[in-house]
Amino acid sequence: MSIHTPVVVMKNITKTFPGTLANDQVDLTINRGEIHALLGENGAGKSTLMSVLTGLYRPDRGEIYISGQPVEFYSPKDAVNQGIGMVHQHFKLVKTFTVAENILLGLQSGKEIYDLQEFKEKIQGFCQKYGFTVDPDALVYQLSIGEQQRAEIVKALFWGAEILILDEPTAVLTPQEATELYKTLRLMAGQGKSIIVISHKLNEVMENTDTITVLRGGKAIGTVQTANTNEKELTRMMVGRYILFNSSKKKIEPGTKVLALHEVSCLGNRGQMALKNISLHIFNGEILGIAGVAGNGQSELAEVIAGLRPMEAGTKFINGIDHTKSSVRNLITAGVSYVPEDRLGTGLVPRLNAVDNFILKSYQTTPGYFINWAAAKEQTQAAVEKFQIKLARLSNSVNMLSGGNLQKLLLAREISADPRLIVAVYPMRGLDVGAMEVVRTLLMSQREAGKGVLLISEELEELFMLSDRIVVLHEGEVMGVVQPSDTTIEAVGMMMAGKRMLKDDGM
Amino acid sequence: MMGCEWMWKINFEKRSTTPRIVLFLVPLLSIIVGLVFVGFFIAGTGKSPLYIYGLMFEGAFGSAYGLSETVVKSIPLILTGLGVALAFRMQLWNIGAEGQLYMGAFGATWLALNFPMWPAYLLLPGMLIMSFITGGIWGLLPAIPRAYFKVNETITTLLLNYVGILWVDYLVYGPWRDPKGFNFPITAPFSENAILPILGDSRIHAGLIVGILAAVVLYIILKYTKWGFEIRVSGESGAAAHYAGMNYIRNILLVMFVSGGLAGIAGMTEVSGITQRLQHGISPGYGYSAIIIAWLARLNPWAVVLVSFLFGGLLVGGYSIQTSGFPAATVAMLQGAILFFVVGGEIFVGYRLTWRSKGGNQ
Repeated sequence: MSIHTPVVVMKNITKTFPGTLANDQVDLTINRGEIHALLGENGAGKSTLMSVLTGLYRPDRGEIYISGQPVEFYSPKDAVNQGIGMVHQHFKLVKTFTVAENILLGLQSGKEIYDLQEFKEKIQGFCQKYGFTVDPDALVYQLSIGEQQRAEIVKALFWGAEILILDEPTAVLTPQEATELYKTLRLMAGQGKSIIVISHKLNEVMENTDTITVLRGGKAIGTVQTANTNEKELTRMMVGRYILFNSSKKKIEPGTKVLALHEVSCLGNRGQMALKNISLHIFNGEILGIAGVAGNGQSELAEVIAGLRPMEAGTKFINGIDHTKSSVRNLITAGVSYVPEDRLGTGLVPRLNAVDNFILKSYQTTPGYFINWAAAKEQTQAAVEKFQIKLARLSNSVNMLSGGNLQKLLLAREISADPRLIVAVYPMRGLDVGAMEVVRTLLMSQREAGKGVLLISEELEELFMLSDRIVVLHEGEVMGVVQPSDTTIEAVGMMMAGKRMLKDDGM
Repeated sequence: MMGCEWMWKINFEKRSTTPRIVLFLVPLLSIIVGLVFVGFFIAGTGKSPLYIYGLMFEGAFGSAYGLSETVVKSIPLILTGLGVALAFRMQLWNIGAEGQLYMGAFGATWLALNFPMWPAYLLLPGMLIMSFITGGIWGLLPAIPRAYFKVNETITTLLLNYVGILWVDYLVYGPWRDPKGFNFPITAPFSENAILPILGDSRIHAGLIVGILAAVVLYIILKYTKWGFEIRVSGESGAAAHYAGMNYIRNILLVMFVSGGLAGIAGMTEVSGITQRLQHGISPGYGYSAIIIAWLARLNPWAVVLVSFLFGGLLVGGYSIQTSGFPAATVAMLQGAILFFVVGGEIFVGYRLTWRSKGGNQ
């Protein structure tokens, strides 16, 4: 094999699912030693293409060549044997096993189990080679997300991966962890591995990759060298049009306090103190951003406000009324809307249809014991039209909807309830550029309508763009409250890492 | 996943939508495969499976008597089946319908024995309510630890079956035994007023109306009421129910109570309509068959009525093959095989089989 033979060539890959053309004659070429990004909106066909490459799906048409040789994959095992490894967005690790045991699990022979000591040393050797540390004896559930991801990478390498595919690898990482990850990937590429990164984050792709292939609507739009392109061009390739990133923010005179938390503490899922004496407030007509690395109390904060998590201490006032001990239902009635992190499963019921999901909360407000399905259908139809939700039929279960349309449906329901306060947790996470813009516009319009909005996000640019004030959380404590106009992303980043801002009167 | 490596490759592919016909075909084919499977065992005894199945069909549906007996058997199956289906809707795995049936029979009998002189229009509804309450409590008992401490209800409901059955045994062998009963484990016969009216000269009793009425009510509840909506949401996603402000704990308790109550009514209609007294072994396992029925019916109340009728036929057919030297337990075997294939066949609802030869491209 010549050094110039591409490691992977996918030619004319076409894959249809009933009703959708997921990949339409896609070509993809991966060279040795490069970091290659697959960029595209949700539903552009990135995951399908990679599922074809990893043997999960068989293409309807098209060929795959590995190092110049034609191959056919009948199962993921065939792909592994050809040196293709995948790190999924949701890790495939047995949580109660150690790292070493997890790696051992998929090995062909399994005879390493007789000499675990040597096996562990081998793992350590691997880690050293790529400049990171993983404790082979650590139980997976005790590891941070970043460490779990490293375990996944080691696992793929151990299985003989020459081509490593990572699906949205930074979605769950802190900025520091993401930087570390790309350092590792760069090192691996330097040693001749080929890396494919599935992403929809422009800046990350621009900073860290060599080559970018953009997919849109199942088609490969083009492959460009990262050095020769820019975010604008990529955006145009991704969405087929330019999108204005600068939303103009009208100044709004804040009204009365719609939410006031005073010295609130609560426990997290593992029984640890998740929030420690948090005090904050939101005015009517204000977006309060919550910045912080995931897992520093944001989710718990949202749940406390929505009444889903009991408070250990402190008080909660909604519109001046004490709701410290109110039930979820009372808080809904009091005008608290909640867009949860887990959209499909908590916010929406996957196997129920759009109408069922639309009335998930409002069914309570009508008198009597019966549900007026005719009215419910009408309301849902109206919302579908108003919020431009794309769905085939109202009676189809919502798990058939795309991510963007799911979020639109969820927001449509929460906004239609005419709330006073909207708690939105990572509302734009995983959405494509177009859907993000819709969510952004909706939140801004709610602000202009005089509603209070609590916006939890991990994207600082998003927070700076939308928020009137930003509260920074670290380990369940407020590190500071800032106004986007008076601060920098770097300063907020420092607070996210645990540096406390000098107390000011903003609290 | 399986299949001959050298020629064919068989794959399961996820369906994006499930055609309606599949929802019918899967249980139907599962039953047929179950029949074929048990057919091998029958053939192993030297008898022709077709002959035996023919005999069963003849016995269950071939005569007016057979048909009426099939209906009689279907009554407790409908009631327990509905109860189980309701609990399953909320993903509460109540497999304790058998015990709940016995406790319902106990409650109804208590009233019948203590107030035999009440007029029928008071006594019969009273027994119905008593059986609903005692059966319901038997469903509620495991629901409490389930709701508050997440104690697995599959095990607790199953274990309470034995408690319920043995409690009734204790009564009929002990304090409630009829002194004039020649030492049989039976209570004294009920008074006229405690006996359900009968249709013509068959054994079909008014329990049939109760069962069908229960199906209608359950259908309306599930489809049109707020409570039914909450049950559906809670069954699909507890997190979503909690998020929407539904009282998840209260619904667990309520659903299990009603579920047990329905099975309890089955106990009442059996003692009041069939045995006309409480006795040992009033149910040949209706509460267990109910699990299969609910599953086959895909938890739909109408389908529960239909499938119960078929299973009633299976039971009656089982009795009629005894003359050919087969124990009625053959039917239990059949039921087990059918459930096995129905549950296994579920995969075809979500997935479809695709196969291709390995050599060619497709």
